[in-house]
Amino acid sequence: MRMDNKIDPKELEDFPDEERPLEYQTETGSLNIFGFWMFLGAEIVLFSALFGTYFVLIFRTDSSVLPTELFDMGLVLAMTFTLLTSSFTSGLAINEMRLGNARRMMIWIGITLVLGLGFLGMEIYEFVEFASEGATLATSAFWSAFFLLLGTHGVHVAMGVAWFIIILIQIKMRGLNPVTANKTFIASLYWHFLDVIWIFIFTGVYLLRLVIA
Amino acid sequence: MVMLLGGCNLRVLDPQGTVGEQQRDLIILSIIFMLIIVLVVFILLTYFLVKYREREGHRGYDPDIDGSVKLEVVWTVVPIIIVTILSVPTVYTIFNIEEVPEANTEEEEPLVIHATSANWKWIFSYPEEDIETVNYINIPAERPVLFRLTSADSMASFWVPQLGGQRYNMAGMQTELYLQAGEEGTYYGRNANFTGEGFAEMRFDVNAIDETEFNEWVTDVQEEAPQLTQETYDQFMVPGHVEEYTFSGTHLEWVDHALDPEYALEARARQGYEPIHPHASEAPDDVPTWDIDVDTDVTERQESYIEENQESDSHHHHH
Amino acid sequence: MDPAWDEFIITGEPFILAGQIAILVTTIGIIFILTYFKKWKWLWNEWITTPDHRKIGIMYIIASLLMMIRAGVDAMMMRTQLAAPNMPFLGEAQHYNEIFTTHGTIMIIFVATPFLIGLMNVAVPLQIGARDVAFPFVNNLSFWTFFWGAMLFNISFVIGGAPDAGWSAYMPLASNDLSMGPGQNFYLLGLQISGIGTLATGINLVTTIIKMRAKGMTLMRMPMFTWTTLITSLIIIGSFPILTVALAMQTFDRLWDAAFFTLQDGGMPMMWVNLFWLWGHPEVYIVILPAFGIFSEIITTFARKRLFGYTSMVFAIAAISGLSFLVWVHHFFTMGAGPMVNSFFSISTMAIAVPTGVKIFNWLATLHRGRIRFNVPMVWALGFIPNFTIGGVTGVMLAMAAADYQYHNTYFLVSHFHYVLIAGTIFGCFAGTIYWWPKMFGVKLNERLGHWVFWLFMIGFNVTFFPQYFLGLDGMPRRIYTYFPEDGWFSLNFLSTVGAYMMGFAFVLLVYNMYYSYRYEKRETSGDAWGGRTLEWATSSAIPPHYNFAQIPEVKDQDAFWQMKQEGVDPNGVEEYQDVHMPNHSGNPFVMCVFMFIGGFGLVFHWWTIGIIGALGIFACMIQRSFSRDDGHIVSAEEVRKEEAEIREGQANENG
Repeated sequence: MRMDNKIDPKELEDFPDEERPLEYQTETGSLNIFGFWMFLGAEIVLFSALFGTYFVLIFRTDSSVLPTELFDMGLVLAMTFTLLTSSFTSGLAINEMRLGNARRMMIWIGITLVLGLGFLGMEIYEFVEFASEGATLATSAFWSAFFLLLGTHGVHVAMGVAWFIIILIQIKMRGLNPVTANKTFIASLYWHFLDVIWIFIFTGVYLLRLVIA
Repeated sequence: MVMLLGGCNLRVLDPQGTVGEQQRDLIILSIIFMLIIVLVVFILLTYFLVKYREREGHRGYDPDIDGSVKLEVVWTVVPIIIVTILSVPTVYTIFNIEEVPEANTEEEEPLVIHATSANWKWIFSYPEEDIETVNYINIPAERPVLFRLTSADSMASFWVPQLGGQRYNMAGMQTELYLQAGEEGTYYGRNANFTGEGFAEMRFDVNAIDETEFNEWVTDVQEEAPQLTQETYDQFMVPGHVEEYTFSGTHLEWVDHALDPEYALEARARQGYEPIHPHASEAPDDVPTWDIDVDTDVTERQESYIEENQESDSHHHHH
Repeated sequence: MDPAWDEFIITGEPFILAGQIAILVTTIGIIFILTYFKKWKWLWNEWITTPDHRKIGIMYIIASLLMMIRAGVDAMMMRTQLAAPNMPFLGEAQHYNEIFTTHGTIMIIFVATPFLIGLMNVAVPLQIGARDVAFPFVNNLSFWTFFWGAMLFNISFVIGGAPDAGWSAYMPLASNDLSMGPGQNFYLLGLQISGIGTLATGINLVTTIIKMRAKGMTLMRMPMFTWTTLITSLIIIGSFPILTVALAMQTFDRLWDAAFFTLQDGGMPMMWVNLFWLWGHPEVYIVILPAFGIFSEIITTFARKRLFGYTSMVFAIAAISGLSFLVWVHHFFTMGAGPMVNSFFSISTMAIAVPTGVKIFNWLATLHRGRIRFNVPMVWALGFIPNFTIGGVTGVMLAMAAADYQYHNTYFLVSHFHYVLIAGTIFGCFAGTIYWWPKMFGVKLNERLGHWVFWLFMIGFNVTFFPQYFLGLDGMPRRIYTYFPEDGWFSLNFLSTVGAYMMGFAFVLLVYNMYYSYRYEKRETSGDAWGGRTLEWATSSAIPPHYNFAQIPEVKDQDAFWQMKQEGVDPNGVEEYQDVHMPNHSGNPFVMCVFMFIGGFGLVFHWWTIGIIGALGIFACMIQRSFSRDDGHIVSAEEVRKEEAEIREGQANENG
């Protein structure tokens, strides 16, 4: 009855392994990346719950101001473009990291940071606008769900920005080594993930509103 | 255990209406199956423990057996069969108790009663008869009753064990439940879902009476009982207990809690009620029992009516 | 919110006053003892900051036992109050409501879950031949989030008032309008903080098990407890974020007037019920699957036989974990979702009986042709089978929606879930603790006392809960603080209370046994206390050295250590010692979690400044951690050789 699965002996070999990319070279680094993927799994569940809530409450505006009256698609497109570009630039940073070019890598991270801050600025502007039009967390079930979903994403982006800043300082202090490379790689994974979430927000929250009343 | 079940007059296993009877039958069927499973497990366990305990003359030790496809298939397939067998009557009953139970009365259409829970009391509206009762209902025996359930505030569960299973009352929602009493008598009904301090006493009587008697009672109430006004009704929205009350007219004229979940909170505000921290020094020890101010010019008639009603009530308590 | 002084510290309740005095006396006592014996440094260096999985596991177990005492006292008070109709014991409903709320919440969140996580911490790295978990720092952090979350929840009954809306905290009852005061806020923030740790543990253990198994240990050679831990951790990852979101939404409703579940502004109370059970049902399996794993280990060890149907066991756990996400509606069949929905969830729920049945019969078949020894861990495992079966079959009865309308919210349900949670989870926790006790403390618990504990507890458990099936069928709802003589529920309730006291006594005896055995029992000399089959018993000493294995053993079979013993291989016969890489101690997680506690406490009372101080403290700790260079340390081959030699010498002296 037993299934004696053959295990790939490579899996069990000791680290560090010079053949691997920098961020995978230590055992800790490799575990960190795997663990972070697990964490992203949990994040997917978290955002699924938030999206689920949002869709359940989508019509429960309770005679408050309607989203269609407030959504500014021009702004949203600008936000989307900014965040998507930042995802691309963080990918370029990792590419430079793989090539061992710390300076260029830091420049790309810097650009990513600026774009991330730009996105946050636009989001804060949007929220302030909405609040001035009478749509806040306490307005109605719909707006509660809207602000919690977008707010959670926004807080994640802010955390990502803070994280990148910390990493930049560490690379500056300690240079590009397996530890800092590992951190940068994970932070960029996180950044790509936030980008994917935003694409869902863009379609599920904003675009969908063009279709349904 | 079967003897125990048969010996006790457990309310759920002693139903007095067609809905409860279907549920009892399903329960008994499941108990029989489950007893067989329990028995098999107990016997096998005892047998193996006695036979293979470490002792002088122990035989048959074989540490390397690691399974048997045949046996494992058996105890995968057998539970599947049992679950399938139990699924059929389950699904049948689930669907069947959503249907109108059969009437054995002149009036075949079900009687409609809106049962609204409000911390911690039950408010019953008879829209077709245009009357309202609090903390008790009279229903004609053998005529199906359609309960339209909702709540003014916290989520409750409407349950009359001897007539059939429960269903939730939720503010801003309406759920439906068919019940039918096969025998005349007074049945214990209650809120089964925790709603806070006054939950334990949130009970009501279901008086199943003869159809003609019921019709007379309805006419009496329509003519004699005080008119329910919004001002009177709002007092019921304040958390607390109340005695039994009877009114002509229903609150459905100005509010259906299934459509307006905010009404109770607004009514509390109108009544000047403020929630109190349960550990504050001014918080009462017990849940208050409010004396509702029935503010109409028919108060006197109501009093005489209540006396009458209590008499007839005690008359029905013979069950 | 600015509560008056008498609302902040609860006054005027004799039992709460007793609790306050007890807390004060215990705290002073602990501080005195630690100072007198100069143990503060030891406590900080050896325990609070430890990255060692075994020590973290022990801390989890001790904290869970303390929580079990708290929630057990709650249970005693509830049973006393219900012993007779119109009992004046607790005075009024409010007090009872707080007690059953904290009983349920603590038992699930702060006993069952962390107790099992503690056992996982102790056993799993050893079972897979690892030196520690994948993220020892995070492991320490997980423990302290649990601990401080539990503290935040527990102080509620002396400060501010305990939550009183039930452990399921249904809205709108738990909203500001219907549950005034800070009580429910304690629930929300206490659970939120400890939930972070549970999720982190899940991630940690998945990574550990997937990436750190000894050479040769394929997935299908993993010990069953490791398997259940892996699957449980995956369920944690898949379900705890839902709780996080639900708690956050209720917190926003209560603290910042959001309208997720409120009566006003279009809120939807039903959504709380759905989200709660979308987490809550998987949570049930989070606390039962590891217990299944423990029983598998114990039954094979003491029947001295390979597990029957290993593969089907693995598939059964996987099936249960999958189904656990598809049955949540059975917690509220009575919501009236319609016959189609109820039929679907009835069948999906009953389907769980299939893999569970497979497991029960596989355990029975494992006994067949074994040589069964009745040591204390084994009697708990054997007691589990019949008692859990009763819980299981009543579960099938509850799954039949049409019948469930009659059981729902009654003592039938109460009895059912105690039959699965006590006979499953609690028996499993006790069995596992006793089984791995020598691994933790180098000594076995006294067997004679142990048997007494088992029989008292098991009989008491049945006396308590079996009558409750009948009370439920007689229409007694759960969560009522009293009933009337004419209800006819007196005799069965009284019996139930008697049983509860038996269980309470048995528990006291169990704790006494821990003390007694520590003082008087013979120390274990070898690492293999019971004739074990899996790698945790292959360590060189009874309490494993801090690096676990001087040399990671190579696994050739499903019961790796059993196979080594059969073939005469000494797992500790190391020819050439090697450097060992071990994690460093860190006080950062403890400090970070203290800030979580402070911030949470501030939010409970709407004291925003304190909340912000807490948040800033947390961020400061995170930044400190990010900048600290923590690459662990190397234990040199020479040190390892010395320590192993000492262990051998000690054993030789004991035996010689």
